[in-house]
Amino acid sequence: MAFEPKIVGFLCNWCSYTGADLAGVSRIKSAPNMRIIRTMCSGRVDPAFILKAFQLGADGVVVMGCHLGDCHYQEGNYKTIRRIPFLKKLIEQFGIDPRRLRLEWVSASEGDRFAEVVNEFTQEMRTLGPLKLPVHELMGKNGERAKHAVHE
Amino acid sequence: MAKPRLALYWAASCGGCEIAVLDVQEKILDIANAFDIVFWPVAMDFKYDDVRRMDDKSIDICLFNGAIRNSENNEIAELLRKKSKVLVAFGSCSMEGGIPGLANLTTKDDILKFVYKDSPSTVSTNGGTYPQTHTKMPEGEIEIPEMWDTVKSLDQVVDVEYYIPGCPPQPEQIWNVVSYILSGQPLPPSGAILGAGEKSCCDECTRTKSEKKLKQFYRPFEIQAKPDECLLEQGIVCMGPATRDGCGALCPKAGMPCRGCYGPPPNVSDQGAKMISALSSVIDAHEADEIDRILNQIADPIGTFYRFSLAHSLLRRVDKHETH
Ligand code: SF4
Ligand code: SF4
Ligand code: SF4
Ligand code: FES
Repeated sequence: MAFEPKIVGFLCNWCSYTGADLAGVSRIKSAPNMRIIRTMCSGRVDPAFILKAFQLGADGVVVMGCHLGDCHYQEGNYKTIRRIPFLKKLIEQFGIDPRRLRLEWVSASEGDRFAEVVNEFTQEMRTLGPLKLPVHELMGKNGERAKHAVHE
Repeated sequence: MAKPRLALYWAASCGGCEIAVLDVQEKILDIANAFDIVFWPVAMDFKYDDVRRMDDKSIDICLFNGAIRNSENNEIAELLRKKSKVLVAFGSCSMEGGIPGLANLTTKDDILKFVYKDSPSTVSTNGGTYPQTHTKMPEGEIEIPEMWDTVKSLDQVVDVEYYIPGCPPQPEQIWNVVSYILSGQPLPPSGAILGAGEKSCCDECTRTKSEKKLKQFYRPFEIQAKPDECLLEQGIVCMGPATRDGCGALCPKAGMPCRGCYGPPPNVSDQGAKMISALSSVIDAHEADEIDRILNQIADPIGTFYRFSLAHSLLRRVDKHETH
């Protein structure tokens, strides 16, 4: 069977999630590879969420938020435009192709743009192939131990 | 009543944690009086076989420092787990891989190749002589432990009751934990972090913070830092926001940025992720190019953010396949 990438999409509630919804009700077709996680703002996407997604087997991660200037919380997405390039540098040092992390602005009215991003990104991940990380094997061998990885 | 039985062990360790125990100074005599020390290779003559002969769960408390880096570390971790009621990951190496965990930036093969072949001070004949786990000698076969590719924390190989962070843990904190145990009060729930606080290093730091934004980062040697202001706000990457309190903010007090040895604060799973959040909030830029220019001033993000916690971070080690 051909490789189908697993993609995690963090979508802000006010713009991009609504945009995804619009794509749905307008019956715009898009690749079914993305698992959507709704966050209140793109600025709420803790960098740890993204690393965790890769740890748990995502082949790619997309963060979508309101266009600059449109964030429901004014400044949230300005945080995001600094975090994502920073994270790209970090994951690259970890040995993950930085193209596996993407930031896109999708407004509530851009259902078509949403579908385009999903299709494009899915295609790119198909070309990059599955992401295999040492942590998958380390945790898989000793799944029980993974629980201890966080000191609450 | 019989004295509680105490064991101390070092795995992949620098010895600093052992010194930290001795640094409780004259109280070491109280420790020696209060406990029956049944195993402490650095200070007293015990053999592994002495431990193997003990009954299971006959050690009341085992303070285990050092990371799990080779088959011997792992074997003794499993042995001490079996023999101990309470196993404590003592110090950064044991709790989260520590400095030895930085080997997870590379591979065993690359390390051996450098040390036994390529390093400028190595005279290599016949393409280098590599250590072997088994060597035949006239007297018989010699076996040495096998080095691992990936360094692990103690809790990645066995169950651990408690953690005492720090590289090394501060002697006052060690004494706090020991005297608490001796007081006979009920032990905290399993999984607890002892000898540290519930906040971040910044909360203990006395430098003044003024919510300044930054366009420029410096490495500590590039700038004469002002003595009273927050180092991060002066552009020095200080791990304070991503580090648990408990040391008394020793490093910023001495003019050096915190390097993160007390591990992540409560509810933070990954020091690097936390630092990316913290630094992203202080960077003063809205344009992609400007952001990029500022980010490029931060040298070696993994080595800086995960200096002590790489082996215990979300991704645990660098991968050498995809981008190399
Ligand atoms: S935690 Fe620090 S002091 Fe303790 S063994 Fe590791 S490197 Fe040495
Ligand atoms: S960032 Fe460093 S210098 Fe600033 S308050 Fe925190 S610990 Fe102190
Ligand atoms: S300031 Fe940071 S690096 Fe220094 S001892 Fe404290 S926790 Fe460790
Ligand atoms: S609410 Fe959409 S990015 Fe902040």
